[in-house]
Amino acid sequence: MRELWEQVTSGTPFPHGPAIAFGFLLGMLARVGMLRSDYRQYPTYPHGYASHLFLGAIAALVGAVAVPALLEREWTAVTFLVLVAQQFRGIRDMERKSLKALEDNELVPRGADYIEDMAKTFETRYYVVIFVSTVTSAGVEAISVPGGLFLGVLAFGFSALLVRKRLIGDIAEVKAASPNFRGPDLYVGDIFIMNVGLEESRRAIEEQGLGAILIPRDEDARDTLGSPGQRQAIIHDVQAILGIRKDLDTPEFSPIIRRDLKTGRVGLFFMPMEKDEEPMLAVIKRVPVLESARGRGSKALAGRYAMD
Amino acid sequence: MPVEVTIQKTVLAIVTDDPRKASGAPTFVVPDESRRQHVATILSRILQGQVHDLGDGMLIVVRH
Repeated sequence: MRELWEQVTSGTPFPHGPAIAFGFLLGMLARVGMLRSDYRQYPTYPHGYASHLFLGAIAALVGAVAVPALLEREWTAVTFLVLVAQQFRGIRDMERKSLKALEDNELVPRGADYIEDMAKTFETRYYVVIFVSTVTSAGVEAISVPGGLFLGVLAFGFSALLVRKRLIGDIAEVKAASPNFRGPDLYVGDIFIMNVGLEESRRAIEEQGLGAILIPRDEDARDTLGSPGQRQAIIHDVQAILGIRKDLDTPEFSPIIRRDLKTGRVGLFFMPMEKDEEPMLAVIKRVPVLESARGRGSKALAGRYAMD
Repeated sequence: MPVEVTIQKTVLAIVTDDPRKASGAPTFVVPDESRRQHVATILSRILQGQVHDLGDGMLIVVRH
């Protein structure tokens, strides 16, 4: 074992052995580190883990051999590696398709924006893996094994910083507010939600319903919360984590999230299995801000004029 | 392959106390208030639609 280790690290029987081995190792570690069994992300299932680890191994290998192949002037190999890297674009498609297929049978759908965001996140993770393993193997080739490992870790930190997500809690203040009725009309705080015709349902909502109001912190946040895709993502997460008191034939218990047109505040109504305010607020704060929904009016000149 | 068609965002049924108030959709005339709620509940469960109260003794079932 020890002998093999020395052979590998000295690179005698395998030229570029250390670069490839450590590049692969760090790339793999990066993929495992990004494999969160988060409630929001598929895969939270064993099969998802398996397929993503397998693809992660391919990505790590591609990144790890790229630099040694260049050093050996193996242009054919380099060309093939670029071709393989192209394949990872298919990941986005794969994730999108499987999430879309499940969409019809969700009590509360994720919505196209959320699915697109997840698919994009998955694709990006493979590019991070390739980046980390390439940097590591280049570092091992150019400096030393510890130097390469250090650069690899640095590359992972840098990519994590680059792809990090903002959360709803960062852009909006989330407050509890009680659902209340004015005649048949349901309000959360002072924000109109919907008209409920059945007395029995009104009673159930008054007893069991929860409400929250999201107050945007600035103009960009206001536009983000205005996006229907973003709002769908919020209610999907809330019901997926807390459990919803609803079936297909009781649409009045669907969570609804509506905008107050005057202020841009957003009111959320939700029927939980167990009435508990604090976890709901925590979930809302942890919902990611979707890239497609992000308000960026303040980035444009005319937008900045409109700000005050 | 069988194709399922769902009609959404339209009035699927009307439950009212007076037939003169409604037209254009299947209408159920139920003069008694609590009976009206009962009929609307059953319709809502069957059609998987939501019941809205328009006031003045009119309930509609809409699938959103």
